[in-house]
Amino acid sequence: MTSDKYGGISRRAVLGGSAAACAAPVVASAGAPVRGERSGRPGATLPVTFKVNGKELHLNLDPRTTLLDALREHLRLTGTKKGCDHGQCGACTVIVDGRRINSCLTLAVMHEGDDVTTIEGLGTPERLHPMQRAFVIHDGYQCGYCTPGQICSAVAMLDEIEAGVPSHVTEDLARVSFSDAEVRERMSGNICRCAAYSNIVAAIRDVAGENS
Amino acid sequence: MRPFTYERAASPAAAARAAAAHQGARFIAGGTNLLDLMKLQIETPAHLIDVNPLGLDQVEETAQGGLRIGALVRNTDLAAHKRVRRDYPVLSRALLAGASAQLRNKATTAGNLLQRTRCPYFYDTSKPCNKRRPGSGCAAIKGFNRNLAILGTSEACIATHPSDMAVAMRLLDAVVETVAPDGSARAIPIANFHRLPGDTPHIETALVPGELITAVTLPRPLGGTQIYRKVRDRASYAFALVSVAAIFGKDGGARFAFGGLAPRPWRIDAADAVARNGPDAVADIALAGATTTPLNGFKTDLTRRTLAALYAEREARK
Repeated sequence: MTSDKYGGISRRAVLGGSAAACAAPVVASAGAPVRGERSGRPGATLPVTFKVNGKELHLNLDPRTTLLDALREHLRLTGTKKGCDHGQCGACTVIVDGRRINSCLTLAVMHEGDDVTTIEGLGTPERLHPMQRAFVIHDGYQCGYCTPGQICSAVAMLDEIEAGVPSHVTEDLARVSFSDAEVRERMSGNICRCAAYSNIVAAIRDVAGENS
Repeated sequence: MRPFTYERAASPAAAARAAAAHQGARFIAGGTNLLDLMKLQIETPAHLIDVNPLGLDQVEETAQGGLRIGALVRNTDLAAHKRVRRDYPVLSRALLAGASAQLRNKATTAGNLLQRTRCPYFYDTSKPCNKRRPGSGCAAIKGFNRNLAILGTSEACIATHPSDMAVAMRLLDAVVETVAPDGSARAIPIANFHRLPGDTPHIETALVPGELITAVTLPRPLGGTQIYRKVRDRASYAFALVSVAAIFGKDGGARFAFGGLAPRPWRIDAADAVARNGPDAVADIALAGATTTPLNGFKTDLTRRTLAALYAEREARK
């Protein structure tokens, strides 16, 4: 069971019961795929190896499997949410090699050797990531469905500001600094239909203040 | 999604060869547009060639003092690149006006040029669309076409090219470098890269089957005051109703490229030539021959006002 790999039983594993066992990852006997490697026929599976939250995992996947579905359905990491499944809502945001991306719009087999961080890898209920704690303190959610994506996005977003990546609202492209307007623009890829936006901005402002 | 076979490309030429050898093959880079369309079965490739292992992710100086941008440079990296920010700010601005941060982290330079239209009838598989199914008709011409094209259209198609980046590339006279399945390389000026629909709207670019973009080059920096102004229904993360990229020179001359108006980035040399006469003179020429519908006719006035705003911004920056 995948849940064992993460030292606990998820709500999904309890609810899903035996279905979870069927979808458990297969340890690939073949080595990692290399350049030029190909799947032989449509529907045939391909081995792929990547790290999720610090653990190296080997999967055999239908190449159609998105990174989002690999995380949720094969690895039982259901913290990452499927909202629109078309890159419009941001609920599926995860951090790959330090960058936030929509996990619904990328194929898992395209992530050979990558380092994936999901909400489960940022913090735990006992040891919350500072961004998770700030969302709780500022009530940065209502239903909570968009929250894992918002938090992964916010964590990577602060790194982008730190690295000097400009945004649409940056007045001087050579000087990038934190502001509420920057947060609103940079978080536009994460939709919250409960409209907790003002509290989300407050939570992120808090964490940015701690970092500076 | 329909089943497909998948391979990781070993070299640009091998990727092009593989694409030509497989019926229904497609390259995949960032995948943000292609996978969206595959889920809707608008794109149904039988074979995917993952070009991400190819590198092609560097921005280098050219011998001519310009930049050579690898096909796989991500939109975020291109917008943030020091030389681009300093010498081609209109390109940084256009990139940052597009999509969301998550998408820009995956989207590539070549993929951005090749993205498909967001015409709602191209996306609606229950409706005719000559781009999606050649010869089936166009539901957009008499449909909800508020955000569709007014220039360069045909009776077969009124779709727009949705890119912001491509508008700035057109303004900067970028050149698209490619490799063909026979291994030969060529350079296509961006003015000739995107085709007008005519009666074959499904053929969108000058690329031949299997031809792979390897880089986009920019000529020497032009200096001047560079502005990208995008008008859209939301303040962020929305496609342009109208966008204008502009470079105002110190000599009073200027050049303009337009987005949201046409099936390709729109630029008219004769409009640039009258830049000294003000925004209305530019608009009169740039918008000549516009074919509007009751729903998208607002785009002509909106273009005029956007141009006027650009001239005002240039004055304010003096």
